[in-house]
Amino acid sequence: MRDVAVVSFVQAPSVRRDPARNEVEILMPVVSAALEQSGIPLRDIGFTVSGSCDYLAGQPFAFVMGLDAIGAWPPIEESHVEMDGAWALYEAWIRLQEGDIDSALIYCFGKSSMGELPEVMSMQLDPYYLTPLWPDAISMAALQARAMLDFGSHDEREMASVAARSRRDAASNPNAHLSGDFDVDVLLKEPYLVSPLRKHDCPPISDGAAAIVLVAGDKAREICERPAWIRGIDHRVEAHQLGSRDLTVSSSTALAAEQAGGRGGAFDVVELHAPFTHQELILLDALSLSNGARVNPSGGALGANPMMAAGLIRIGEAAQRIMDGSAARALAHATSGPCLQQNLVCVLEGE
Amino acid sequence: MSDPVTGIITPVRLEYTYTPGVAASRFLKRIASKEIVGQKCPRCAKVYVPPRGSCPKCGVPTEEEVTVADSGTVTTFCIVNIPFAGSVPVPYVSAHILLDGSDIPLVGLLQEVAAEDVRMGMRVKAVWVPDEELAPTLLSIKYFTPTGEPDVPIEKIMEYRDA
Amino acid sequence: MELCGVIGIGQTKHDTARTDVSIAGLVREAALRALEDAGLTWSDIEAVVLGKAPDMFEGMMMPELYLADALGAVGKPLLRVHTAGSVGGSTAVVAAHHVQSGRFKRVLTVAYEKQSESNAMWALAPKIPFQQPIVAGAGGYFAPHIREYIRRSGAPSDIGIKVALKDRLNALKNPFAHLRMEGITLEQVAASPVLWDPIRFLECCPSSDGACAMVLASEDVATRNEPAWVLGTAVRSEPLGMAGRDEINPRAGRDCAEAVYAQAGIKDPRNDIDCVEMYVPFSWYEPMWLENLGFTEIGTGWRLTEDGVTALDGDLPVNMSGGVLSSNPIGASGMLRFAEAALQVRGRAGEHQVDGARIGLGHAYGGGSQFFAMWVVSGEKP
Repeated sequence: MRDVAVVSFVQAPSVRRDPARNEVEILMPVVSAALEQSGIPLRDIGFTVSGSCDYLAGQPFAFVMGLDAIGAWPPIEESHVEMDGAWALYEAWIRLQEGDIDSALIYCFGKSSMGELPEVMSMQLDPYYLTPLWPDAISMAALQARAMLDFGSHDEREMASVAARSRRDAASNPNAHLSGDFDVDVLLKEPYLVSPLRKHDCPPISDGAAAIVLVAGDKAREICERPAWIRGIDHRVEAHQLGSRDLTVSSSTALAAEQAGGRGGAFDVVELHAPFTHQELILLDALSLSNGARVNPSGGALGANPMMAAGLIRIGEAAQRIMDGSAARALAHATSGPCLQQNLVCVLEGE
Repeated sequence: MSDPVTGIITPVRLEYTYTPGVAASRFLKRIASKEIVGQKCPRCAKVYVPPRGSCPKCGVPTEEEVTVADSGTVTTFCIVNIPFAGSVPVPYVSAHILLDGSDIPLVGLLQEVAAEDVRMGMRVKAVWVPDEELAPTLLSIKYFTPTGEPDVPIEKIMEYRDA
Repeated sequence: MELCGVIGIGQTKHDTARTDVSIAGLVREAALRALEDAGLTWSDIEAVVLGKAPDMFEGMMMPELYLADALGAVGKPLLRVHTAGSVGGSTAVVAAHHVQSGRFKRVLTVAYEKQSESNAMWALAPKIPFQQPIVAGAGGYFAPHIREYIRRSGAPSDIGIKVALKDRLNALKNPFAHLRMEGITLEQVAASPVLWDPIRFLECCPSSDGACAMVLASEDVATRNEPAWVLGTAVRSEPLGMAGRDEINPRAGRDCAEAVYAQAGIKDPRNDIDCVEMYVPFSWYEPMWLENLGFTEIGTGWRLTEDGVTALDGDLPVNMSGGVLSSNPIGASGMLRFAEAALQVRGRAGEHQVDGARIGLGHAYGGGSQFFAMWVVSGEKP
């Protein structure tokens, strides 16, 4: 495996709704800042890959708007995944393994506020059996939470604790927009939104963007004092139909973590892309970490959840803590699809 | 066995609130007063109409606003002979129009001219909707129509392709 | 970089509406054929790379999630690529990188479009209040550029007709082709209605349901399967709305060709390459891309067409399968070009086989002539 590291990470401060800027205007300063931080101009970047989603933008070819904003001239080697930016990073990492190029720019953006997000998310279901029933994203997550509670692996108090901790941590993250000091007992007295989920168990709807620069080998050391080396990265998908998988566990996370060399490991920091509180509990079970790692010091997706970027931001947040010297080993996770259908795990280390 | 199901229809209705963005908002507001405003790249000096707040070539923000003419030159075109829902009656001409002062053609409808008389290099100008119908949308320009000025030589109009 | 070979190729019968299969059934049809060709089963596949054009074409957001089961991807990495019309080609390139990176030995790549499941015209033109409505369709986008090409090159006006006839006749030799027009003549193409002057109806691609799949494998696995060896892959993108851009001879296309030739050790494409599957959705794009790809001097691409060089029995056959003009499941159209090039160098193209084809070029483009993907394949191990 070729050594590849995150050398720069920039995100737009997430907001509930950016009323003035379009996606590209949110993205542009992020990409420029990430490139500037790396010291590599776009023309010297070996490979560029982005993540975005037409159904969020409400129009086809959302990624073309992004390409038109970054200065892709002379023409660049470029790709796009209709997935969270974390998978764009995976594609870049694969590309960097071949050895002929040394750097990659990854960017992603999403204005989740433009449509009715829970309904928009119904469009990603089986078009014959599920979408016609319009199960919204929160109701699907509630089914999973109910399965977990009934199985007995966790309870509602643990879920509320995840919410309280995440919102408290989000307060010290200038890029998060849902934060506060909440008491678990008070939270548990709140009414259900979609039983067994209360409002605090659900993520905010966020507009945002993020960019990462990856650099291979010694070049990364030249650019960055403490590059965040990718020691392992893997992603796995599960069956789509909720009825054909065990919703109380995340087998694809366990498998991806195993492959990435993270399962059962010891980490200083873990950044999990768990939009719903119960999903953090399920993910932690799947990871079986061996020590008391600090989980989601950024506040996670419960503090800001810009679709298509929230996963890449987890990798960025984890890498940032290695780059700033506050962590030596970190694990980042991204998810896609209803009820944690698809999961990516990335293990990062300092020197 | 009964007949196989070969399709189902699921009506989908999704509502979005689009954000034109900072650059386009300024452009659209000025369109409502019959003014076409582009943005000039601080690096390559190209003028973009409509503006998008950045230069696609240089990747830098564009802020300087430049008012361009509502007249220009047809760089190329096609004659549309098949009707689309919401289109004007066929045949009609869809033309690339390089407005005077702009460095990138925009696509516009040509009217008040027979399709077979349209030429590359033809000079055209915007015909605006009546003042009371002006709004922050490109639809404020009803269409373009020939000015009657002499054509611009082809070699001259192709100079804009200089990337 | 590890060597990569194409060991399995499959495609569906392409048609206006494949009402006999669901979207899952369609992709499976192609994938199973590719697996069978490779002599593998689902469990042999280590990763799946899926490509298709805009989600709104079928009214499904991120369809890889729903298709995970049908593609045998459960428990495996599954990536979804989208680079507009070039996506089928880009997807194959991403899949090749999976093998070339040394991380995977057997990768399944699939691309599809089932345009009959939704309304593509609607999908391409959402009514966004402050944007100018698109009132002319895809032909309306490309026709002005074709007019400009004709002006620049001084090409006779019947070149587009000749390309269309050639591709439609080639399609008769391809059992998977969507449009198979028995007895088609030059006169019929010439007499077909001019939809977007200068584009005639029979000079246009259809709208198809269809899928294409390939199994790509590492050197040790591929050697046993008479593969098409991947000698080079390249992708290049340039901005859509850039002042001064030349959409007729885009730099991204030229750069992409240069990069893929350099990797494949091709110095003189006209002589070194035996056959080409290029993305020609409107017939005039054959001469345009012949120039952009460096097969001939700028302004002379039409002469190759006129002289029969690009015919199936010509010196440089182009679109032996009938091309995009005969089958256009958009998301798969690029991958079909890549797969057909591979079929040729494996000597398995059946009736539309080019005798002795050793080196083939697969080409795809997308967006406003701004996204390019290419690969060069060979029957001989490099």
